Amino acid sequence: MISNLLRRPAAASVLSLTGVLAFYVIIGGVDLGKLMSAASWLNYAARIGIVALPVGLLMISGEIDISIGAMIPAGAMTTAIVSGHYELPMIFGILGALGVGVIVGTINGVLAVRTNVPTLIITLATLVGMQGVVLAGSKLLTGSASVPLTAPDWAKSIFGQLVFGGSHQVVIVWWIIFAVTFWFVLHQSRYGNWIFAMGGDKESARNAGIPVNRMTVLLFVLTATSASFVGMCHAILFNSAQVSGGMNDIFNIIASVVVGGVLLSGGFGSVPGIFVGALTFAIVNKGIDFTAIDRNWSNLIIGVMLLAAGAMNESFRRVALGVATGKRSKPKQDAPARAIGGQEAH
Amino acid sequence: MPESASVLEMRGVDKSFGPIDVLHEISLKVNEGEVLCLLGDNGAGKSTLIKTLSGVHQPTRGEMLMDGKPVNFVRPKDAQDMGIATVHQFGGTYPLMSIGRNFFAGAEPTRGWGPFKVFDRRKANAIAVEQVRKFGITGIDDGDRLVGGLSGGERQSLAIARAVYFGARVLILDEPTAALGVKQAAHVLRIVNEAKRRGLAVVFITHQVMHAMAVGDHFTVLIRGAIAADFRKGEKTREEIADLMAGGESMADLEADIEGYMETHEGHPPPPVH
Repeated sequence: MISNLLRRPAAASVLSLTGVLAFYVIIGGVDLGKLMSAASWLNYAARIGIVALPVGLLMISGEIDISIGAMIPAGAMTTAIVSGHYELPMIFGILGALGVGVIVGTINGVLAVRTNVPTLIITLATLVGMQGVVLAGSKLLTGSASVPLTAPDWAKSIFGQLVFGGSHQVVIVWWIIFAVTFWFVLHQSRYGNWIFAMGGDKESARNAGIPVNRMTVLLFVLTATSASFVGMCHAILFNSAQVSGGMNDIFNIIASVVVGGVLLSGGFGSVPGIFVGALTFAIVNKGIDFTAIDRNWSNLIIGVMLLAAGAMNESFRRVALGVATGKRSKPKQDAPARAIGGQEAH
Repeated sequence: MPESASVLEMRGVDKSFGPIDVLHEISLKVNEGEVLCLLGDNGAGKSTLIKTLSGVHQPTRGEMLMDGKPVNFVRPKDAQDMGIATVHQFGGTYPLMSIGRNFFAGAEPTRGWGPFKVFDRRKANAIAVEQVRKFGITGIDDGDRLVGGLSGGERQSLAIARAVYFGARVLILDEPTAALGVKQAAHVLRIVNEAKRRGLAVVFITHQVMHAMAVGDHFTVLIRGAIAADFRKGEKTREEIADLMAGGESMADLEADIEGYMETHEGHPPPPVH
């Protein structure tokens, strides 16, 4: 029973979450009820969680996308420039933001499929490139790096306005919808099997008739578009958009995916894990305000948590490879080790 | 069945990459229910030959035939569609995926409707376990187990069972026993025999003469891209085959030379001669 739970890729993230909460309650003196009713960490979890979902799928397929850091401000700025500065109907701002995501995602994906350049480098290039495009474009079109926007009520209630009467944002609802959708795709549909296979061994996946290239492009489109979606929601919520580097977002999102149990080299991970990973990351980052601990320590906690989660992921994966259901207890010490080694040699 | 056309045949195939000739005048054939062993040392052109058979490379000259009819594979998919399955050392298995998911990667059974088609895990697991057990791997009974937890021999067996299930007629096994221990290798050899019994044409690539002799009906020795010898089961001894693979040098003489040198040089082997 226990080993069955530990086999799940989400195990480490659930334990991380429990550990962080326990630490905050015992050491930090957090009032759990107060923390649970607060919106700040949940809003933040949703903001990084929406992007972490497709990034996690992409990482399971064996690739990575760091251009998401530029795509969040790109989505926000596109929305504000189109519907704020040029005063076009809101729908054009929304479509514009999503369109920018699709375009940049397609560029990333096509480059990843057509060249032998590692996707870390490709998306580093598009990250820096898009930062330039957004800043220069904003200056050129509006003469400023900060653009105001007045969103109509319908847009506010779909993408921005606070629900539950408090300070919770609609992105939380979107996050849950996306999480369910991605869960279905990864764990229930055949496409999920393709994604795992691509991350396990790309060449074998191709030989098995899986449309590896098409799937890769599609996943890159999803990461970039989800990032521009988050940016758009932000612009609508706060009635303005600023040019920013988005560097923090990159590391926060990738860190939450790793805490969520996704293997950096691909082939392993889960949507529940990624979901809990984002939640955990947000609680560490924002929950520290509810503790007696100086918030400047939060980065240290994140560092420790990352290492702990990484180590847990590694050992749980061994458990998953070796023990399986526990029906067969034939010792196989070298087989899993060899399998993992071979896996990471790719 | 010597009268019927061979399942897969190569006639006078040359393969060059630019100015470099890798394969010269390769002619071979493999029949139903027969194991053709392709023997050769490293660099003998075995990989290029496999890749040509499985559609990764196209012959520069010469022709390939299936059931006596000329075929032209432009992509590996073309070869697969004709029923040629290639299984590499760990090929086609994903260590961090379950047996059921591995078995059906790219051809998943689904149930449900429209966009809500669901991967039928139960069905996939049941078929995968059944097929693998049919090949005599009785240790596997849970389709949810991760493949990385299986032994090398079991993984090979899974890959072979998968190929057979999806309608392979020709099985190309690329060094299936190279990374395995004695017991695991015996395991894989049994599976090769089972595939043969079921009427598949098997091309078995190896440099281990013992393994080849355990299952082979027909042997082809490859040296520097050309066929150096071609004989049937029982026509040559193990020593003769090993000598052939070493390029005509007698292995026994070579071993004697090295031992003699080591005796006079404080146990050091001789330096390489170029």
